Amino acid sequence: MLGEGIIKGLAETARNFFGSYVNKERLTTVQYPEERLPRIEATRDFPFLVYDGDDWEKGLRCVACQICEKECPPKCIYIEKSKDKKPDAVGKPQNYPAKFDIDVSVCMSCQICVEVCPFDAIKMDVQFELSSDDRFGGLLLTKDKLAKSNEYYHEIHPTEAAGVDAALAEDREKEKEKQRLAAAAAAAAAAAKAAAAAAAPPTTVAATKDGAGSGGAAKEEAK
Amino acid sequence: MTISFLLLAAITITGTAAAMSLKNAVHCILALTLGMVGLAALYLQLGAEFVGLTQILVYVGAVAILAVFAIMMTRSRTSETAAGSDPSRFSGLVTALLLFTVLAVAICTGISSQTLGGTPPEATVHAVGVALMQRFILPLEIIGVLLTAALIGAGMLAIEEKGEGR
Amino acid sequence: MPEMIDQIFVRLMHWIIGYVPTSLQPLCSAILSAVAILVVFATIFAIITVLERKGLGRMQNRYGPNRAGPWGLLQPAADGIKSLTKEDIVPHSSDQLVHLMAPILIVITSFLVYAVVPVGKNMVMADLNAGVLFFFAVGSMVELSVFMAGWSSRSKYSLLGAMRAIAQMISYEIPLVLSGVVAIMAAGSLSTVTIVNMQAGYTGIWPHWYLFTPWGITGYILFMIGATAESNRCPFDMPEGESEIIAGYFIEYSGFKFALFFVAEYLGMLATSAMAITLFLGGWAAPFSFLTWIPSWFWFFAKLLLMMMVFIWIRGTLPRLRMDQLMNFGWKFMLPLSLINLFAAGLWHFLPSGPTRWSVDSLLLLLSCFLLSRGLRRNKWFQERTYRFAS
Repeated sequence: MLGEGIIKGLAETARNFFGSYVNKERLTTVQYPEERLPRIEATRDFPFLVYDGDDWEKGLRCVACQICEKECPPKCIYIEKSKDKKPDAVGKPQNYPAKFDIDVSVCMSCQICVEVCPFDAIKMDVQFELSSDDRFGGLLLTKDKLAKSNEYYHEIHPTEAAGVDAALAEDREKEKEKQRLAAAAAAAAAAAKAAAAAAAPPTTVAATKDGAGSGGAAKEEAK
Repeated sequence: MTISFLLLAAITITGTAAAMSLKNAVHCILALTLGMVGLAALYLQLGAEFVGLTQILVYVGAVAILAVFAIMMTRSRTSETAAGSDPSRFSGLVTALLLFTVLAVAICTGISSQTLGGTPPEATVHAVGVALMQRFILPLEIIGVLLTAALIGAGMLAIEEKGEGR
Repeated sequence: MPEMIDQIFVRLMHWIIGYVPTSLQPLCSAILSAVAILVVFATIFAIITVLERKGLGRMQNRYGPNRAGPWGLLQPAADGIKSLTKEDIVPHSSDQLVHLMAPILIVITSFLVYAVVPVGKNMVMADLNAGVLFFFAVGSMVELSVFMAGWSSRSKYSLLGAMRAIAQMISYEIPLVLSGVVAIMAAGSLSTVTIVNMQAGYTGIWPHWYLFTPWGITGYILFMIGATAESNRCPFDMPEGESEIIAGYFIEYSGFKFALFFVAEYLGMLATSAMAITLFLGGWAAPFSFLTWIPSWFWFFAKLLLMMMVFIWIRGTLPRLRMDQLMNFGWKFMLPLSLINLFAAGLWHFLPSGPTRWSVDSLLLLLSCFLLSRGLRRNKWFQERTYRFAS
């Protein structure tokens, strides 16, 4: 019979139409700004900079080595190295980024910067509501906007952050151990020199110079 | 000679004149359509509803579309033909003048000599239908047969021969 | 009191015209009616767009627009503002004048056809002697503006869309007109007002609509299929098939000109529905004799909305036809059936009233419908597909 299929189809759409008012299960739409789907842990979109402690300027892990800037495929990272040095988490003097800008309108979320960073200083964020009415400045994230605490990192990627923290803690432990050893060695060397100097007072100036030099060498090695 | 008559006459004449003088074939057809609409409006103004509306239905709805379709089917270069050469233009002018003379003489001697007495016949749809179905039934039927023959002929021309055109 | 409410708009107009000098009264009356038509049908268009989007959404288990205003009811206003403020881009190589004229002409013709639609008792702008003919004559001018739009854009997509649209409109205009002719035959008049008046009587509680006759229901269904094809609606929306030629003949239009085409499409749909109501569904007549106290204009617009619902329902259900299916259906099914329907309507007139003519007419129409559909099906078997390069 002609038109049988049409009637079947019409019945199906009518069932959908009325069913969607009766049965809320049918409607799969999530009303986005009010309702949100639970976030998947592996979500990532744009990079941010991690800092330890409370003060973001002091605790920034980044040492401005500029590896990420060189590796970034669309070249959306811009770093300016500082002239002076600041002590890092373990107290060692390091450079820090005087300027660190990421243009997220250029960023393609490839995560290469995260993979190349030797200091675990840059990680991927989950913040996606970045729309802005400022066409040029709104999407250019500067250092202060990029800096986010380690706690925040823990919050968005718990498993990954725990691993990173463990590795960092191990590294820092080793570092401190080495520093301690080096310091001890330097102290021992200094003590020996001091003893020698006591034995031969006229060469004091040269000996202290030597001591300082050997201390510097030990530090160099520890690094 | 009311204002509306003058306006409609101007539209009709402009449209048909443009249809003759424009270079682009599609523009010619559109201008001709304008002329046809003007003519239909003139019929309507004279109270001949059926004729006026049929004019629109046939000439705007069918003939113009047919011409336009032919142009779309053919290559676009042929749509931009230049106006006719001088000899054809001359012969066309002569034909137009002759036709105009014949019509003018017919109108001037025909209508003005005999005054239309009484009320003009009402050309309603009903009257037209009655005339077609009673007095003019034979011509109508003959035209019907002719058109059917033309339709079948067109169909025969368009049908692909079997075995060809895979 | 019901009489008073029924004629309230007519009285309002007479009251307004009473303040105008006699010489200007016809002009003033025409302008008032035109303004009323513009306002009412543009409002209905706005309502239909939001209804359609919400209805389609529900049929696909979605919410539909629900952001602009309460329940998304201000969506048409948002759409209008958007299309008004958008940039109007005209292709560089387009035919500027024709490109500009096409949307204007299509909207004018779409509004013009409402002049002969009786929306209520004594509520028609122009009671023409040949009203139905006027409707079809002006409706056929839409094809010309479709061609103008498609050709003047100088785009292959738009030209393809225009060719498809015109081929489809010409093919389906014939069954559309022929299926409407049965109502004209029964009423013995081309005037829309007379046709509605003929249907406004009742037997017991049942109305004398032409729908309730064998030829009437066949004619109505054929008319609605033809109307769907004429207004380029789903499932006959190949002229603007989004997946093939993007938007068809109005692809090169942007901003408000695009909106005008959109308006014209919906107005055309509303107009053909209004004509179907006039011809077969008794126009403004109430469906039962005990409901005549409800104003006539209410019934007209209720029927119009109901028809729109059916259009939306069909759009949400059926996929797009292929070109050869469309042409086969039009020429091999619709046209013969509408001719047989004419014959059936003639038979109905001459046979004695009673069950005889009912059974004869129904049998004739059912049989021809069955045979014609078999004819359609016979051509459905394709050759086995052979692959020359891959196998």
